[in-house]
Formats: sequence, C-alpha cells, structure tokens
Amino acid sequence: MSEKIFDDLRLEPERYELLEDAFCSAELDRRTFFRVVGGGLIVACVLGEAFAQQPGRGRRGGFGAAGPKELGAWLHIGEDSAVTVYTGKVEIGQNIRTSLTQVVAEELHLPLERIRLVMADTQMVPFDFGTAGSSSTPRMAPQLRRAAAFARELLLDFAAEQGKVKRETLSIQDGKVVAADGKTSFSFGQLTHGKKLMKVIDDKVLTTPAEKWTRAGTSTPKVDGQDFVTGTHRFASDVKRPGMVFGKVLRPPSFKAELLKVQTDEAEKRPGVTVVRDGPFVGVTAATEQEAANALAALHAEWKTIPQPSSEELFEYLKKHPAQGSGGFGGRAARDSRGFIADGLKAADRQLQATYTIAYIAHAPMEPRAAVAEWEGGKLTVWTGTQMPFRVRSELARAFAIPEERVRVIVPDMGSGYGGKHSGEAAVEAARLAKATGKPVKLVWTRQEEFTWAYFRPAGVIEVTAGATKDGILTAWECHNYNSGSSALRTPYESAHVHTVFHPTDSPLRQGSYRALAATANTFAREVHMDDLAHALGLDPLAFRLKNLKDERLRAVLEAAADRFGWGKNKPADHHGFGIACGTEKGSYIATCAEVSIERGGRVKVLRVTTAFECGAIVNPNHLKNQVEGAAVMALGGALFEAIRFANGKILNARFSDYRVPRFTDVPLFDTVLLDRKDLPSAGAGETPLIALAPAVGNAIFQATGVRLRSLPMAPRGVKAS
Amino acid sequence: MAVVKELHINGSRRVVNADAERSLLSVLRDDLDLTGSKYGCGEGRCGACTVLLDGRAVRSCSTPVSTAADTEIVTIEGLAKGDKLHPLQEAFLKHDALQCGYCTCGMIMSAVALLSRDPDPNREDILRGMNGNICRCGAYPRIVAAIQEAAQMMKGGRK
Repeated sequence: MSEKIFDDLRLEPERYELLEDAFCSAELDRRTFFRVVGGGLIVACVLGEAFAQQPGRGRRGGFGAAGPKELGAWLHIGEDSAVTVYTGKVEIGQNIRTSLTQVVAEELHLPLERIRLVMADTQMVPFDFGTAGSSSTPRMAPQLRRAAAFARELLLDFAAEQGKVKRETLSIQDGKVVAADGKTSFSFGQLTHGKKLMKVIDDKVLTTPAEKWTRAGTSTPKVDGQDFVTGTHRFASDVKRPGMVFGKVLRPPSFKAELLKVQTDEAEKRPGVTVVRDGPFVGVTAATEQEAANALAALHAEWKTIPQPSSEELFEYLKKHPAQGSGGFGGRAARDSRGFIADGLKAADRQLQATYTIAYIAHAPMEPRAAVAEWEGGKLTVWTGTQMPFRVRSELARAFAIPEERVRVIVPDMGSGYGGKHSGEAAVEAARLAKATGKPVKLVWTRQEEFTWAYFRPAGVIEVTAGATKDGILTAWECHNYNSGSSALRTPYESAHVHTVFHPTDSPLRQGSYRALAATANTFAREVHMDDLAHALGLDPLAFRLKNLKDERLRAVLEAAADRFGWGKNKPADHHGFGIACGTEKGSYIATCAEVSIERGGRVKVLRVTTAFECGAIVNPNHLKNQVEGAAVMALGGALFEAIRFANGKILNARFSDYRVPRFTDVPLFDTVLLDRKDLPSAGAGETPLIALAPAVGNAIFQATGVRLRSLPMAPRGVKAS
Repeated sequence: MAVVKELHINGSRRVVNADAERSLLSVLRDDLDLTGSKYGCGEGRCGACTVLLDGRAVRSCSTPVSTAADTEIVTIEGLAKGDKLHPLQEAFLKHDALQCGYCTCGMIMSAVALLSRDPDPNREDILRGMNGNICRCGAYPRIVAAIQEAAQMMKGGRK
C-alpha cells in the first residue's frame, strides 16, 4: 500500500501538490438526506463548469443519478431553525471552520453560534479533493457564501408568501425574517417547517461585497476554541470505541528492506495479543498500547536490506539521477522561456552564477498519524487525521476490495498537517488490524514512525545564472530547479531574457507536498540571488528589486514592509544585519524584512521580523495574523536548522531530541502589516507566509557577516564571520 | 508485575488497574479517558503530555504510572472550576493562542506550573520557562502574550 501511495505522490501535478482523481459516488440521495437531517430546506452548490472541468479533479457525486453531478457543498436549514453546512474541507489549524462559518453568517445575517459545520465526514459531505493548495478560502468560501445568500433569498420568498406581506418590506435580522412594521417576524424554522425542499443555487444570486461585511472581515475568535483549551476536543487519536484494542505495526529496519521471515510465537504467547500477518504486513494488537509495544518487541524478523544513498551525497545524487519519463505536469508548468540567456548576459555589466541547495525536512505535525478503525457488517468506519478524506476512502476501498460506499472516513479537526497528511497509511494499517482481530483498533504512530515513514519536503538543487546592467536593469535570469519543485519558480521580476526549468529527479527519500511546496526553496534562491546582484552592483537591495518589478501587488507589500521596518533609515549595530525579500504564490503576496544578530559562537538570532502580507479581502484579520506569524516561525526552522539526516535507508534524527524545530527562544519580535484589498477576491493564506522568511534572514546574515549562505538550512551549527 | 490500583486525579480518587511500567499518559488517556493530555514524542521533548504532579509539571509520556501513585495529579480536565475557566484558559482564548490546538493543553499545564513558580515572569522568563513545549503551528508569540495576561489576571485575583 505504501508503495502505491508513493507512486501517487510522485505523479502529483506541481508534482508535490495532490490533485489526483479520486473515484467517488453519491453517498446520499435526496430522500436519504432528508431522513438523516430531518425536513427543511437544503441548498446545494453546483460547481461552475470551469472548476468542474479542471483536469485531475475527480468525479463528484451527490443526490444520486437524478441530482446534480458536481456538488461542492450543501447547506441545510432545519425545521428547528438550525443552520448546518456540509463541506469536505478539513480543519487543520488554519481556522477554516471559523472563517467558513463567518462567510455563511455574513450572508444569512446570523450570529455565528447559530451555524454548525459538518466537515470531512465522507458519509455526510459532498466529495472534495482535499484541503490543500490554499484552496479553501478562494474556492470553498465563495460556494458557501453563494449558498447562504441563496438560502437567504428563499427565506424571504417563503416569508412573503407565508405572511402575505410584500417581499421588499422584509429583511433578515439576527437570524429572523422581520417585516418593516416590526411586528411580523418569522424564525427560520417556521419558514422551513413541513418542507422537504432541495434547491440548487443559480448564477444570479448576489453576495455581499467585502466593503459591506459585518461578520466576515472581523476578528472572530476560533468558533470552538473552548473545546481546545479545556481538552474536550477529540482528535482522531482521542477517539475511543467499545471493545477497542491498540495496534502496532512491524517496521523494516531501513527503507525498501524486504521481510525474509518473522517468528511470531513469542509475541503470540503473550496474553491478549493477536499477531496479524498479511504478506509483508505484520502487526500486533493488544489491550493496551504498552502491551502492543511489548508484543511488537517480541517479534523476531529477518530482513534483506539494500544499500542506499545518504544525506552526505544527496545533492550530487539529485543532479546525477534525472527522473525517467517526461517529468509530468509540474515540469511543463514551470518552464518559462523568453529571449536568449546568452544575449541577456552579453548585455549585463555584472553576471552572477550560484548554486543553492535545499535539504529534506519533516512536517512533524504535533499529532502524528493516527487512526481508529471499526468494521461492522462489512462496512468500515475510520476516524483519522488526513487532509484528503476522500482519497483515504479510496485507498481503503482499494485495500480491502470493497465499494467506496461501504467505507466512511471521518476526520475530526486535526492536530495539523502542513501538507504532510495527504495520505492514509495509518488508516489502512488500523483497518487491516481491525479486520483481522474483529475489534475496533486504534493505531497511533510513534514520533519516530512519523519522522521515518511519513514523507518529506523534497530536497533540491537550484542553479541560478543572472546578469544586470550597472544601473540595475535585470538583463538575464536563468534558473534550474532539480527535484525540489516548481512552485514560484517563475520570477516575478521583469527581464527580457528568462529561462526557468524544473527538472524532476529520483528522490532517495519518499517525498510529497509540504506547506508552500517549493515556493520556499525557489523564493529563497531567487531573493538571495537578487540580493547578491544588488550588492555586486553597489545598489540598495530594495531599490534594485523595485526597479525590476512591475507587479503592483508585490510592489505594495515590498514598500509596506520596508516602510514599517524603516529600511534604509538606520544602520544595523555591530554583528547585526538587515535583510529584505519578497515573493508571491497562490494569489497572495508577501514581503519580509528581518534583523539578525550573530551571537557568540556564531549562533544566529533572528531579532525582529517585519512582514507585509496581502491576500485580497481579509476574512478574519486576527486569524490571518496568526497564520502569517505562525508560518514565519515554522519557516525559521527550515531556514536555519531543520534537516533530515539519513544513510542507507535509515533516518538518523527521527526524534525531537535530534531534529530541532523552532521553540519559544527562537521566536523573534513580529511586526505584521496586513493589506486589506476589499476590491479583490480572498486568496488562501496558510502557505505563502512561509516563503520570504529564509531569504530575508539569509540576506541579513550576509550584511552582518559578509558570508553568503546558499543552503537551506543555512546555519545548523551557526555561522562564522568572513 | 507490580500494579497501580489507585490514582488521585483532579481532586478525586480514581480506581485503576495498570501495570506499573505503563506511562502515566497512557493510563490517563486510555484507562481514564482523560484525553486532554496528548502524545507528541514519547521522550519528554515536546510537552504535549504535560500534567502536574504535586504542582510540578511533568511529562506524563515518560513518567511511569507508578511514580504518580502517591501524588496529587492535575490534568487539563481539572483546571476549570465548574464553568469558570482557569485564567490561563481564558487568556489563551482571548489571544487565540492556538491554531490546531494539539499542543494547547500541554502548553497551559506548563504555564500553570511556570506561574506558580514565578507569578510575575518577564518575556525572557516565559521564553525560557516554556522552551520544552513545542507548538509546530508557531503560535508562540500569542502564547507568550496569553501567559503574560494570565499572570496579570491571577495577581489581580490574589489582591
């Protein structure tokens, strides 16, 4: 199974962002739906043609053959006035539950507490490709907004009819339809009572423009925050089922190792232990996790291992091992060619060539992969933490050769993912153990398993050749990215001669999507290289960037960050440096200025980070700030010290005591400027805030030390001044 | 094998039947269904499993249940008094000091212990005192602000 997932990941467009086909079919026809939710009004969103026909989007279902085929979400208003929204999106910590609630509240003129979101339960929600690619805000929120607006208009129709009043005199206030006379009012339940009405929204529905938002656009706190601070929220790893036992899986000593034989008698003799053997899969279950671990330790396996490359030779390996075949979607999408690089370099006064390297890093979500699986009458239910519930449903259906209708995947709001939980390994393993033992099984990966058997952010080599005239005109930009990925590989800077190419290669480790994908690596290489060019030309790095930048939105964040930071106004203290960088990806824009100091022993301390961020109309300013600053904290790890070390198919630092992640004492002072463009549609903001931190810090280190660092992480053991 | 029969948790006596070698975390979560304390690393390096033993913060993932047998254990579930949240819980909500929330309970328990040691910590004290807790979402600045605010609230309460 894991090999299959690996294959899938390798085929992803942008290579590492999953948008693959997932077979699906309707779970609920109209009649079933009303039986489940009770009577009332259902408003269904049908996806627009453009969206539905995008390649690799998969089939969507809903309401059986007679119903609309391309459902995105639905909204139900019950006879008890309850408003429930059904969406396949997953809450991973990005606070999408809150912001989607806000947009529905906005259009229905309802207090937020009146709205409940049913998310990521494959039996209850329409198909969704997954929570990835910063797509929930630009794609799901507008659907829900339109559904809620459409429902609002229907409620007004119902009220006019029921109350025999002129529709124009009616409005919705605080969850009730009220007439202008102030006397007549209807609860939503009164209006939907006795109905079993399913309506598909039409294109004419009008939503509220951002300038008029009163519930969206505000800093509403996390809607279910109290459940988290009291410990009552149940993550997948907290789910408990009657008669449940605990599972563990036998792991090979190294990647690609082959199981030759395994002795299970000693483990099987232990009380309450079941050993499950299914081809190369070997697992155990027991009444407690400790007993399962003890039983696992009592298995005696022999393996055939094979030699594999190590992190020491990684970058050479990537250059020498191009991927077989065309390289897929991402390779073509990233290619950007105009003019002739040779001509551009001829026209330049300064040329600069450099190689940048990017290490594999781990997502290390605080909740490792976890699943609880339960079989009942040939039907499988799995609670698990995944960003792709429908993909996991497909994996489970395939693994057990059962129709998808007999698999239900439920994703409770989860302990983060960062692009690292697109797959369903733990779900399949737990289901396999549950099937063999006939009991519900909980399987929680250990931290070491999560560090080893999940997948990594792709490593890469990036080669840049560029030239500019002495007055700062960029004449040539050539960039080759090996393996790391194509996101943000195109340069936003103007140049007559450009050539950027993504080169897929073989990867020694299993790799997949990671928050912001390769935009972090490509922005790092580009923004360090631009800084280097500016210094070579004796130009101010900000002025040099602005001189070659036409994109107004990117200019705006760059100027806002520089202004707030006081760029060019002060000189850094001794052993301190200032750095600046900017970038754009997935429709949002970021610029960051950083100040670093070099402490004794060469330790790099990031003192302050000033960021300007723009993602169109802001749905929740406080949560946006939380994302922007949290992403910068996460980016700090990959910028300075995070790297997976490996040799011969083994991960050498598969624990938090060996793999350093950012902690409290690493955190700089943040100053964050949010540019609210109410005239523009809202873009996602969970990923792009990662991309400018590393180059801003690297450029600041250069100013402080004169040392140009071109490898991520830049300073795992500090930096020495040149 | 030695067995632990009883634990004192959140002010009440709880009957258990746990092998002494098991971690306190698994007994809390799996036997007593107190799932606010989380598994994060199993080696005491992330703080997601933090509980108080006699007022002191410990990593329950690497604490054998036998160690906790004669102590007063407080978990996140025992922090609020009825409907009244602990000032740290209130402050975490006020500052939205979380994203995914998986580390939150451990953060709050570590902060409870920190404030009982040092009721008036400055920023540096908080950074150092909380450095054993990981928030991978990076909500650290907000957590610091929440702890500072809770410290003020608690000082006010004592006056």
